[in-house]
Amino acid sequence: MKTNEFVLKFANVNGSGSASANALVARAIFRMGVPVAPKNIFPSNIQGLPTWFEVRASARGYLGRREGIDLMVAMNPQSWDDDIASIVPGGYVLYDNTFIQKFERSDITPIGVPLTRLVNKRFEIPRERQLFKNVAYVGVLSALLDIDVGILEEMIARQFRGKDDAIRANLEALAIGRNYTLETFDCPLDVRVEASDAVGDSIMIEGNAAAGLGCLFAGATVAAWYPITPSTSLAEAFERYCSRYRIEEETGRRAYAIVQAEDELAAIGMAIGAGWNGARAFTATSGPGISLMGEFLGLAYFAEIPVVLFNIQRGGPSTGMPTRTQQSDIISCAYASHGDTRHVLLFPADPAECFEFAIEAFDLAERVQTPVIVMSDLDIGMNDWTTRPLAMDPDRRFDRGKVLDADGLDALERFGRYLDVDGDGIPYRTWPGTHPEKGAFFSRGTSHDEYAGYTEDGTVNVRVMERLLRKFDTARSLVPAPVYGQDTLGATLGLIHFGSTGAAIPEALEMLTNRRIHVDSMRLRSFPFPAEVADFIRAHEKVFVVEQNRDGQMRSLLINECDIDPARLVPILIFDGFPVTATRVTELIAAAVGHGSAAGGSEAA
Amino acid sequence: MSFVSKPRFHHPRLPRNSLGLTRRDYEGAMSTLCAGCGHDSVSAAIVEACFELDLPAHRLAKLSGIGCSSKTPTYFLSKSHGFNSVHGRMASVATGANLANCDLTYVGVSGDGDTASIGLGQFAHAVRRQVDMLYVVENNGTYGLTKGQFSATNDRVSVGRKGQRNAFEAIDLAVMAIQLGASFVARGFSGDKDQLVPLIKAALTHKGFAFIDVISPCVTFNNHYGSTKSFEFVRDHEHSVLATDYVPYHETITASYAEGEVIDVTLHNQCRLRLRKLDSDYDPGDPVGAVRYIMDRQAQGEVVTGLLYLDTGDEDLRGKLEMTSRPLNSLDEDALRPSPEVLEAINVSLR
Repeated sequence: MKTNEFVLKFANVNGSGSASANALVARAIFRMGVPVAPKNIFPSNIQGLPTWFEVRASARGYLGRREGIDLMVAMNPQSWDDDIASIVPGGYVLYDNTFIQKFERSDITPIGVPLTRLVNKRFEIPRERQLFKNVAYVGVLSALLDIDVGILEEMIARQFRGKDDAIRANLEALAIGRNYTLETFDCPLDVRVEASDAVGDSIMIEGNAAAGLGCLFAGATVAAWYPITPSTSLAEAFERYCSRYRIEEETGRRAYAIVQAEDELAAIGMAIGAGWNGARAFTATSGPGISLMGEFLGLAYFAEIPVVLFNIQRGGPSTGMPTRTQQSDIISCAYASHGDTRHVLLFPADPAECFEFAIEAFDLAERVQTPVIVMSDLDIGMNDWTTRPLAMDPDRRFDRGKVLDADGLDALERFGRYLDVDGDGIPYRTWPGTHPEKGAFFSRGTSHDEYAGYTEDGTVNVRVMERLLRKFDTARSLVPAPVYGQDTLGATLGLIHFGSTGAAIPEALEMLTNRRIHVDSMRLRSFPFPAEVADFIRAHEKVFVVEQNRDGQMRSLLINECDIDPARLVPILIFDGFPVTATRVTELIAAAVGHGSAAGGSEAA
Repeated sequence: MSFVSKPRFHHPRLPRNSLGLTRRDYEGAMSTLCAGCGHDSVSAAIVEACFELDLPAHRLAKLSGIGCSSKTPTYFLSKSHGFNSVHGRMASVATGANLANCDLTYVGVSGDGDTASIGLGQFAHAVRRQVDMLYVVENNGTYGLTKGQFSATNDRVSVGRKGQRNAFEAIDLAVMAIQLGASFVARGFSGDKDQLVPLIKAALTHKGFAFIDVISPCVTFNNHYGSTKSFEFVRDHEHSVLATDYVPYHETITASYAEGEVIDVTLHNQCRLRLRKLDSDYDPGDPVGAVRYIMDRQAQGEVVTGLLYLDTGDEDLRGKLEMTSRPLNSLDEDALRPSPEVLEAINVSLR
């Protein structure tokens, strides 16, 4: 019996409207109190190519991706063979038997429903026939999996509120599939959903929407962005929430500005201009955008201008796999731009943390007067996650950092924009327009002295560059600390992970324990690395660094920044563009342990 | 450049404006450009315009890119915040600054390399967006800091210092600005202060994107015989279409002109711009006619100067974005952050 522990997969044709029907199933399971992890695995295409949607339900709360499909909804002849092959023995395939009736496998149970025939009997318009076929198979699934049909009906009513015809038609399509199934098959299957309270007060949201909300609550007022998958929905979410919550009551005018820029260079330029002028500003992009923003990031680093950047990472290099996930911009973000630069990075692991780190990022950027890059990825950004509620301390005030107002300037004999008054490497800044006589300075990317004057004096430049290092060291104590796995046992082996990989780690640790491999785990949440990161590594003989790139970029960063013996850090690399599975992590680590070597493991191994 | 430092001493009887400030109060650091550089005259014209407009210098922000022209914001308005950004990208930085605080005046200074080559895209989009700023291009047709390469505004007929032929078509930034929807477009000449100062005053007062293409000869690399950006050539071939008299609102217009020779325009701050037609055929409200006129004259070897195009009706970027009239950078938690109840309601809606 696979009650509340299964993987359901939909194989569809892109552009057929399937994603919203599939999401409906995922949300209904969530509404029944069962933790779910939907993964939309889509092509870079508008219409025609294969697309998949996986829904993992796990009462145990293991929400990393899992391979081995228990029930395949096979709606795409293009990918039929591979789809059938991915079903576990004893699993099921739901298919449209209006067309396909042949099967090679005898160890799975075919469930043929004449979806096209049933739907075409009721609906005339071609687009309706296509869309309602999706809703009809949702009805089929409600019967097979025992999903509460009342929840589905309520969700449809909510989605189409005010459009009675649409509600009626959708409910009819749902019933067509459901009734046929109830009449024809023994329902439910042994793969099924049972109402539970395993989700507690969790919510279901995409990381990009959560980050957009975070920007709203962080007081961001200027957003400049250029459309790029998978970051687009972040800017769009910010816009959607602002249009609801940021309208001046008296005037109906907007207390925000969102500009769709002409390119990524302009997007970061606008954010920097706004940050320089005292607004909280951000941009959202992905790998190719980071490359384009390099020069400007160097300027913001050197001229010390706060700006927040969301990098929703995707498969690289170059245009790469635009609709697949990776963590392969670690080095390019940590040291973005020419010359000696270092940037503050935050690594959220789920949508709740996207929200919290968005708020954190604006405070950090202004406190440290530097770019802060929030390193999300496609998996977190564009998939719905079961995640803890969005939370912020209502008493928390914005930390605008060291900004002098007119009174502050009056109290000074002489203002020096880049003077290290407090010894923490962070100077005081002023916003344009503050004081008629004092506080004006010239921001520049050229070498400058403590009073912002141009200088080619090498000694002064060394002084400024060393202060910037001091400032970065101050950031080390301000960024979010790492968190540890519950089963930190003082083992000799350690595991470091970050970002979306975290979803697979608790399950992987359990699998490893079952194989008598005991591993302590730590999740990184920021760069610069707090001191305890190096302590954790030194406390273990070998530490596996699990990451989603080919070159072990985080491992390199740890070696470089913590002065660690490379032999101690074992790379575990998964970079096929799909969200990481616990099985894969376990296999690679077990292989590395078995070999007794530090060779590590990767996809190709 | 001169390396004698500027005296701090003020002559006690220097004229003062209504803020009690002298011209010296609007100056900046000593210029490091070549002696006789046209750009220094543009800086001086900006100083004069701000002085005459009684602008509090700290309420103005000056931005630039990279190049000789982009160095000049250091040489005027030392009490203003300045931002020397990256090559060709001043327009985006100015756009962001503009959105953050609607209460300041924004002046961007750029050059023909910074705007017409590396920055052409950002320039075009700042124009389209109608960013409320004065954008000055100090146009000398050459890359000075890298020692005299042709720039994209160099005319085809113009030859290099060593007789090199220029094979490529020139970009006329003023024509482009008109086509892209700038609401104030002018061309000046750094050698004609009487024309340039009123143009800058009007542009600073204009709400929306004001563009001034100032032909500003490079005395070192592009001031020779055969160059169409030399002092001599521009002086001989300048054709001014409109003289601009900026009239503060408290002054009455006294001079009288024959009908059809004068156009009075009321600017955003209630001041008036009196345009005296030097060519009765020219209509600064007609973008198509303006472009044709400029191109016709250009074909005859003339450089059309003066106020070329003016539209006081269009909204600026902040208007187009339906933004609040309060500066965004002045808004605090209470204005920007929804209540904890809203956050809770959002959580509930996601269950």
